[in-house]
Amino acid sequence: MSTSESTSQSTRGPASESARESVGSVAPAAWAVAGLGGSTASSAFVPVRPNPLGFRLLRSELRLVFGRRRNIALLGALACVPILIAVAIKLSGGPERDDPGGGPAFIGQITQNGLFVAFTALVVTLPLFLPLAVSVAAGEAVAGEASIGTLRNILVVPVSRTRLLLVKYASIVAFGVAGAFAVAIAGVVIGFVLFPIGPVTLLSGGSVGVGTALVRVALVALYVAAMLAGLAAIGLFASTLTEVPIAAMAVTAITAVVVQILDAVPQISVIHPYLLTDWWLRFGDLLRDPVVYGDMTRGLLVTLAYVGVFVSLAWARLTTKDVSS
Amino acid sequence: MTTSTAGLAAPAPADAAGPVLSADVPALATRGLTKRFRGGQVAVDHIDLVVPHGSVFGFLGPNGSGKTTTIRMLLGLVRPTAGEFDLLGRPMPRGALDVLPGVGALVEGPAFHPYLSGRANLARLDAGDRTVDARTSRRRIDEALERVGLAAAARKRYRNYSLGMRQRLGLAAALLRPRELLVLDEPTNGLDPQGTREVRALVRELAVEGATVFLSSHLLSEVEQVCSHVGVMSRGRLVTQGTLADLRGLAATRLRVVLASSDDAATAASVLARLRMADPEVQDGVLLAPLGDAQPEVVNRELVLAGVGVRELVVDRPQLEDVFVALTGEGFDVDQ
Repeated sequence: MSTSESTSQSTRGPASESARESVGSVAPAAWAVAGLGGSTASSAFVPVRPNPLGFRLLRSELRLVFGRRRNIALLGALACVPILIAVAIKLSGGPERDDPGGGPAFIGQITQNGLFVAFTALVVTLPLFLPLAVSVAAGEAVAGEASIGTLRNILVVPVSRTRLLLVKYASIVAFGVAGAFAVAIAGVVIGFVLFPIGPVTLLSGGSVGVGTALVRVALVALYVAAMLAGLAAIGLFASTLTEVPIAAMAVTAITAVVVQILDAVPQISVIHPYLLTDWWLRFGDLLRDPVVYGDMTRGLLVTLAYVGVFVSLAWARLTTKDVSS
Repeated sequence: MTTSTAGLAAPAPADAAGPVLSADVPALATRGLTKRFRGGQVAVDHIDLVVPHGSVFGFLGPNGSGKTTTIRMLLGLVRPTAGEFDLLGRPMPRGALDVLPGVGALVEGPAFHPYLSGRANLARLDAGDRTVDARTSRRRIDEALERVGLAAAARKRYRNYSLGMRQRLGLAAALLRPRELLVLDEPTNGLDPQGTREVRALVRELAVEGATVFLSSHLLSEVEQVCSHVGVMSRGRLVTQGTLADLRGLAATRLRVVLASSDDAATAASVLARLRMADPEVQDGVLLAPLGDAQPEVVNRELVLAGVGVRELVVDRPQLEDVFVALTGEGFDVDQ
């Protein structure tokens, strides 16, 4: 409260002579520079050299996404998944048998090494929970702003529609990264707390130290986030089609689920390599030594193609759309 | 040779001295601006607006007459179906990114993020402006809030703002930096009488500072009190535009004479004719005639001298509202 008062006082300050003196000693240096001319000179409109990078808008957008309680709650819910898994396994005293067909990948290794909580949790959250989080951010991105009318305000600032779209896409991708890391970090932490941590035995048989294993966890989370970036592009496009954020969220989430169903039907296996979700769980290759990059590279390329197509569609839609909300 | 050039040049300033505004580049000029929606409904129909530089232009029309669609086109939000327009002398929508930093706008009521404070909402808009100095952001936001009387509520969430406070925040967004043109769509909506007066004072202040103000309203009194120029919309068409005085002139001042006896009507009419007044309408001993250049007291004296019993003699000054109703064929909400 006291900050706000002092702020508004120094605002009025530059108008008067006495304030000018205090600016040098009390107010931050930027204020002294800014302390010329009040708002009285409407005609003295001087365009400043455009800031070419425009990171201010991106920062503002990220603050908007990560400052929102609902989004923080979503990240919190995602972080609960590894905790639930770890606690359940701890309470049950570990899987009864070494049954490779039972439960998600890596769950059998958790009792031997806590780091596997992170991997298991990413496998569990990737089909639905992480896509849901991305869908929420995507639906909010353009459709959300259109529904409350703030889209028109930001466009008349002016922010070019292309720039707005890129910033929006970046913020959705950032939320996907945050989601993947929320799961991974919570998994590592709870793994440390509840289970022994040591050198990790890889799928290829060898083992790596804890430090290397943590890097692998981070790489897996990054791969997962990159996969979500494909869905983010679809969500961005959906978000430009409607002024109802829930509709855009639903379309995005349903797309993710339907594609996974198609991916599970063997009769159409010929199209599987072109499906976005077909590549999502290939991060197991990061747990080999040496790492096998083939499938993941193909996954990244397919995702990149999806990003190209759907961001272009979103751009075509947003730049020609009448903003009448 | 030089003398003749000087001779030709000499009258020019005298000519230019009259209509200075028309010589200037208008702040806004549209040519055949049209918007037809996909359903085929024509929201804005070939309008040719000219908003002189430095004017306070009242864009008047009943609800649904196409004002907001026009404003959306002017700001590049909606693509015109046909026609073109210049904003601050630059062709639009091509020049939008160069021109719009000089234009402050409040479009169709305020719209902000409900869970952010007023100040944070303004900071977000300011962050989008690539042509301002980020270091002056705080100061400019504070000034804008101060100017609309919201400094005390700056840290309150927008969700908890009253309608009037929301409207003020919308105005503050338009004032985040010095502007050449302000486009204000119904700026007094939702404000109490005190707030309405403050906004009027603010508009006058901005005009004095040199900004052109384009203000849409369905409230006649508002336009009458602050505007120098008026454009009237009705069913998507620009029915008339000009100075406020021009508009008043559209309806002539009339003289109404109530006679003691309807038998005197013919005599009275001949007196008016002798005074070079237009033919009066006569009905039940009441004469109605455009006053023109005639003096009411002279008319009265001549009537009495001609032996006409004058019971009442009234100068009917036209209400602006009558003009609008005549132009739009619709009633207007009248303020207070």
